[in-house]
Amino acid sequence: MGNWSRFNIASIVLGFGFLYLPIVLLVIFSFNESKLVTVWAGFSTKWYAQLWHNQALLDAAWVTIRVALISATCATVLGTLAALALVRYTRFRGRMLFSGMVYAPLVMPEVITGLSLLLLFVAIGLDRGFWTITLAHITFTMCFVAVVVQSRLLSFDQSIEEAALDLGATPVRTFFAITLPVIAPAVFSGWVLAFTLSLDDLVISSFTTGPGATTLPMKIYSQVRLGVTPEINAICTILIGIVAIGVVVASVVTKQREAQRERDERAAFAQ
Amino acid sequence: MKSLGSIRRSFAPWADPASKPFISVKNVTKRFGDFTAVDDLSLDIYTREFFALLGASGCGKSTLLRMLAGFEQPTSGEIILDGQSLAGIPPYRRPVNMMFQSYALFPHMTVETNIAFGLKQDGMPKADIAERVGQMLKLVKLEKFAKRKPHQLSGGQRQRVALARSLAKRPKVLLLDEPLGALDKKLREETQFELMDLQQELGLTFVVVTHDQEEAMTMADRIAVMSHGKVVQVATPAEIYEAPNSRFVADFIGDVNIFDGTVSAVENGYLRIETGNGFPIRMASPDKPSVGAKAAVAIRPEKIRVSRQPPAHAPLNAVEGEIWDVGYLGDMTVFHVRLKDGRVVKASSLNAVRAVEDPFGYDQQVWISFGEDAGVVLKD
Repeated sequence: MGNWSRFNIASIVLGFGFLYLPIVLLVIFSFNESKLVTVWAGFSTKWYAQLWHNQALLDAAWVTIRVALISATCATVLGTLAALALVRYTRFRGRMLFSGMVYAPLVMPEVITGLSLLLLFVAIGLDRGFWTITLAHITFTMCFVAVVVQSRLLSFDQSIEEAALDLGATPVRTFFAITLPVIAPAVFSGWVLAFTLSLDDLVISSFTTGPGATTLPMKIYSQVRLGVTPEINAICTILIGIVAIGVVVASVVTKQREAQRERDERAAFAQ
Repeated sequence: MKSLGSIRRSFAPWADPASKPFISVKNVTKRFGDFTAVDDLSLDIYTREFFALLGASGCGKSTLLRMLAGFEQPTSGEIILDGQSLAGIPPYRRPVNMMFQSYALFPHMTVETNIAFGLKQDGMPKADIAERVGQMLKLVKLEKFAKRKPHQLSGGQRQRVALARSLAKRPKVLLLDEPLGALDKKLREETQFELMDLQQELGLTFVVVTHDQEEAMTMADRIAVMSHGKVVQVATPAEIYEAPNSRFVADFIGDVNIFDGTVSAVENGYLRIETGNGFPIRMASPDKPSVGAKAAVAIRPEKIRVSRQPPAHAPLNAVEGEIWDVGYLGDMTVFHVRLKDGRVVKASSLNAVRAVEDPFGYDQQVWISFGEDAGVVLKD
């Protein structure tokens, strides 16, 4: 640590301050005794206790988690299949179009995605609610999964699949015994990405929702319009906590795995 | 009767018209779009043969191997294995196994489970699988590494696992795609002999693809030299080296000096060829071209003598030159001798004794000469 110049320190403080000051404030005020969000009146956890009695909020959280679980799982299956098709069949008709269409939602404004899905659901006469939100989430998270899995497949040594075929495994067995286990980490990160995207989506959910299906972000947003309460701060803090734990665990596990692998490789070549 | 070099053992089913080939490649063509990778190729490979496909990259040798394995289908023609056409049979139903250039070990499985994979697909009972895996591990001397994963092994060990895995199912034919390409030189040479011993021991048919001529010469019973999707010559290593059938093969395998000229006399088994600048060549040849026809004589460097005095038969098969370059390789020394007309001839001599009195040096005037059966008269 040789370069703790003033400039570097200032850069770090500014950068982190810019990123985290709002979040830190939110967390601090979630422990505020007072009902007034901007006036500190001593430490308390009463807002967390109160959360458990707010049935509407709990219902919204339950809807959100179910939507996220189902949509992330479906999106992972579809996204993985799309990635496989794009990487493996490099010369089918309309590949460019297909690949462009898979990635378009990545850059499409959410408002447009939401609106177009709403129009579709209305046109086919689908009752809007839990399942329309789930379908919409599958649509927009699938392309993220496809991107993650595709980048893994590009560095995948296809000869290991050929080796499996050569040793007598049918193509289906080869996929489940060889391909899937090898790309599993990428498929899993795709799933986590889809899950978090679905968890905090507001715009598309708002467009495609119906009576009785309110997700947590929608609930929070509608409550904030009536004024920010410490209760909202509390639930946001819990969300931040969950996401942070997930990110930290994932990165620690990856780091350890990589370190283990490097040690193994060094050991192998030192013999 | 003189024979060309020494043959490993008296194993030559290809010379026996009664023996039936085990693998027959019949007029196989493979096109990828406009590119013809394999061009109307026919080959016969016999049981227990160690057969090498040798050629530069892009000559179609790997495509041919992949067609044997079933990863590519011929555009036309057919491949027959043990009397059965392989057309339309997918790789997982062929009685052949392949060892991949990249080894293609399953990264998420241990050495043991890698080797057991093929046996499991056949539904072999567990106890039998364990026994076979044990045998294979012993064969490649990796018993201590059974529980390791591929990334915990060195390159040489990975190569052995790949070999054990491809042999575990006791295939009728083992296909090897550049099997030693990723090993360093010393290990490669050791492994060449190990592969040969293994093939003998197991009595299998090996088809190996390689771009390394030394590797092919060392291991193979016969070599098919390939170029642009065609087989140029199929013969034993000694025949390929001493009796190349074309300028391409002569040039591709080892070092060679090629002298172009015109035939000036044909006499019982010998041709006299004028190469210009008062340097006629008399060379043994079974062919009887007409006088005046173009001919080329290919002579290997080790069959050219370098001397200070002209030999008795000069100027026939002898010419004066100047030593242009000397390369000392330890076991032998290579001379580049520049003739008066500017041609450079390569000659090499074995360093059979440790110290030579008055060795040849740069810029010395010398004579190069060769015998009347030292070279081959090429037709093209």
